[in-house]
Amino acid sequence: MTVRTLPAQPSQEAGMAPLPWRRMVWVTWRQHRATLVSVPAVVAVVALFLLLMGLKVHHDYAALAACHGAGAALCEHRASALTSTDWTMANTVLILMNLAPALIGAFAGAPVLGRELETGTFRYAWTQGFGRVRSTLARIVLIAIVLATVSGALGELFAWFFGPPMRNTGMSVGEATVFVTRGLAFPAWTLAAFTIGVFLGMLIRRVIPALAVTLGAYLALDLLAWLVVRKFYLPELAPGRIVLLQRLPAVPHFWPAQFIEAGWLLALSALLVAATLGLVRHRVA
Amino acid sequence: MNVIETSGLGKSYGRVPALRDCTLTVPAGRAAALVGPNGAGKSTLMNILVGLTVPTAGTAAVLGGQPAGSPAALDGTGFVAQDAPVYKSLSCADMLHLTGNLNRRFDQQYAQARLAELGIPLKKKAGKLSGGQQAQLALTLALARRPRLLILDEPLAALDPLARQDLLGTVMTAMADDGVSVLLSSHALAELERVADYFIVLASGEVRLAGDADDLLAGHRMLTGPAAEADLIARQQSIVQVRRAAAQAHVLVRTSGPAEPVPPGWEAHPVGLEELILAYLRAPGGAAQPGPAAAPRPEPTEVAR
Repeated sequence: MTVRTLPAQPSQEAGMAPLPWRRMVWVTWRQHRATLVSVPAVVAVVALFLLLMGLKVHHDYAALAACHGAGAALCEHRASALTSTDWTMANTVLILMNLAPALIGAFAGAPVLGRELETGTFRYAWTQGFGRVRSTLARIVLIAIVLATVSGALGELFAWFFGPPMRNTGMSVGEATVFVTRGLAFPAWTLAAFTIGVFLGMLIRRVIPALAVTLGAYLALDLLAWLVVRKFYLPELAPGRIVLLQRLPAVPHFWPAQFIEAGWLLALSALLVAATLGLVRHRVA
Repeated sequence: MNVIETSGLGKSYGRVPALRDCTLTVPAGRAAALVGPNGAGKSTLMNILVGLTVPTAGTAAVLGGQPAGSPAALDGTGFVAQDAPVYKSLSCADMLHLTGNLNRRFDQQYAQARLAELGIPLKKKAGKLSGGQQAQLALTLALARRPRLLILDEPLAALDPLARQDLLGTVMTAMADDGVSVLLSSHALAELERVADYFIVLASGEVRLAGDADDLLAGHRMLTGPAAEADLIARQQSIVQVRRAAAQAHVLVRTSGPAEPVPPGWEAHPVGLEELILAYLRAPGGAAQPGPAAAPRPEPTEVAR
């Protein structure tokens, strides 16, 4: 006996399968080319700087480590020289790395919908056959993938660059300022800033004000993480422990803490995307 | 099939109503003109029809019962918003490619041929085009999607007379060649009269008059007679507007047809479309009961295919 499959339900939507997602790749690339080119380009320049300076820094600290046979006085002199040169530079880069997610995210995020609403092109974009919620989601996800990749790579390069000066000064990867520049936390903070920017662009409907408010919101979130949230999973380092950590560079809770930090940031990002899509669907012209 | 059906449609911004109790039916194959002063609710109605605005009351459907803004509705509707928004940093070729990617159907050859015909270079940035060219580009993008319904919000507003002619020419060609139904809004009445065969008059967010142009004209006439008797006429007939000169009065009345007797001492004249529409726009809200065609009887429900 032949088993027959039932004919498909004749429905109004027959032949109306949604347009394939892959079409949004070119659309996103073309529409957000400025962002998708400039962010990786700026990051590439920074990466080149980190690479060149990193080679110097690694060489300098290797030389310092090698001097132990040559006498304490010389080592002392070299160490203080490195503190005033390499360490100052490395510390400056550390501060910039703490600001980088906010800058990358805000500049990439605020224009995604803010520009459409500011110039009125949303009336074009949202009345095409692709559907406005789907096309908005596709754009956000595609840009987010690029930002996560780029910032993840930048974080790794910075970790390599910052290794020798960090170890030499007895700093730990468990310290908040270092913790957020590596592993999963750095791209997660970038994505959080990006989705804050996208959401505020939709809410405020103007690029520049949305950008400014995004930076403010990011700082508030950073403060919240620093003062409240992080205490629950990243034990604060007592000054005495730093010496201990110098001998034992691995912070025992580092990776669990990274997962937790990235986890709540990504959950927050997902909520912001959902809220943005809700606004796109309901709060319109 | 009705390309547009609305029932009790309303939209309020806070407590300010932009559109009130709007019930309309536009049959397929028409060029419907949405007429009214600025702020009458024309854009609000159009934005609801393409799903950009969510109504606060009533329902709206296009293309034979597809809910406004649904995927099926958007798929068959070409919309050009006011000021013909396009991405200014994109070239015309990119705008074509973009629209092609965002839609199920896109006639690339038609779009390229039309732009060539209009002398719009494909490589030129959309932001560098003149206002008329930009409007033509936006219209070309909408038409190349091969829509069954074309909605144009104030397509003539920023254009010079020559560009207006060209744009309306494009619309009329599309109607003749592809049978696309059109809804366009404007406050330039004279130009619409050439194109449209269906009129919807909006004022203060309300439909004052709606119907087929021929029906509207056949359903009204101008009575001219002694001013002293104007009030009597006004009581006997269904009047739209009374204009009094020194001794004569012109009374615009609804009529069942040319066979209806003319009161003794009065003369009946046919009324022009512009005159008729202006009379409905001028009539204060209370006096403007919708004409016979304004409140369309519910049509037999169409079975959605």
